[in-house]
Amino acid sequence: MAKQIYFEDVEPGFEIGPLEKEPTTQQLVKYAGASGDFYQIHYDKDFAIANKLPGVILHGALKNAFLAQLMTDFAGEHGWLSKLSVQYRGMDVPGVKLICRGRVVRKRVENGRHLVDCEIWLENAKGEKTTPGSATVILPSRGA
Amino acid sequence: MANKIVDEEARKQIGTVGEARTYEVERGAIRRFAEAIGDPNPLFNDEQQARKTRFGGMIAPPTFCRSMGSPIPNVKLNMPAGFRGLDGGSDWEYFEPIRPGDRITVQSKLVDLRESEGRLGPMVFIVIETSYTNQFGELCVTQRSTAIRY
Repeated sequence: MAKQIYFEDVEPGFEIGPLEKEPTTQQLVKYAGASGDFYQIHYDKDFAIANKLPGVILHGALKNAFLAQLMTDFAGEHGWLSKLSVQYRGMDVPGVKLICRGRVVRKRVENGRHLVDCEIWLENAKGEKTTPGSATVILPSRGA
Repeated sequence: MANKIVDEEARKQIGTVGEARTYEVERGAIRRFAEAIGDPNPLFNDEQQARKTRFGGMIAPPTFCRSMGSPIPNVKLNMPAGFRGLDGGSDWEYFEPIRPGDRITVQSKLVDLRESEGRLGPMVFIVIETSYTNQFGELCVTQRSTAIRY
């Protein structure tokens, strides 16, 4: 397991990630199989084009999974991802590098839990945030 | 301006629940899901390593719940013919880990229905909340997802 981060190690502005992904059409097929989402716009190019899309596009839920990975990597074994929100604002296509990033917005202690609120997003090669969101992670404290 | 689609009658459907469905979580399904999303975290992939952690064994990655579908309540709306749909996003809350061998009961509920005027005409937002409860009756995860029809 990677080195554990503690509540005391982060302050607002602390940068999370980056986590780079470059999904292929093969990954979209694997995700369709693993998730059970067989909507054809994610693997059938003719079907996607007939639906006025540029070609097959990523499942929103796959981008959600990438952002979840960003946050479980950040939380580490002794942390816990408590909340995760994502909004699908733009389409993403396979064969393009995507970057997941985050930033700590706020720290607070509630009911003895050390909570870290973060803004998170997935951006494409042009730097457009196609999938913004937020997350709250419980981190271990050195004092606890 | 009065709503065209989400009127009083349509809003009476809020609170409707879909049929509950129970899944047995297989270790192989967790691994396949982790592989599909490209997440090498040992907690989701490696029982030997996961056993040494505070979880005492493998757990499912946060969005594994997407593989345990449940029928969504049948929402009746007077949409114009040929309307299109979009997944607007999800809000998740995590309470307890999901582990191999768990029996997870999944149920969806229509929690909100609203309308706004978009560039292409009326847009309807359908908000579904799905709960994932284990065999001990512990609520593990809730997911609120927003589907858009226009």
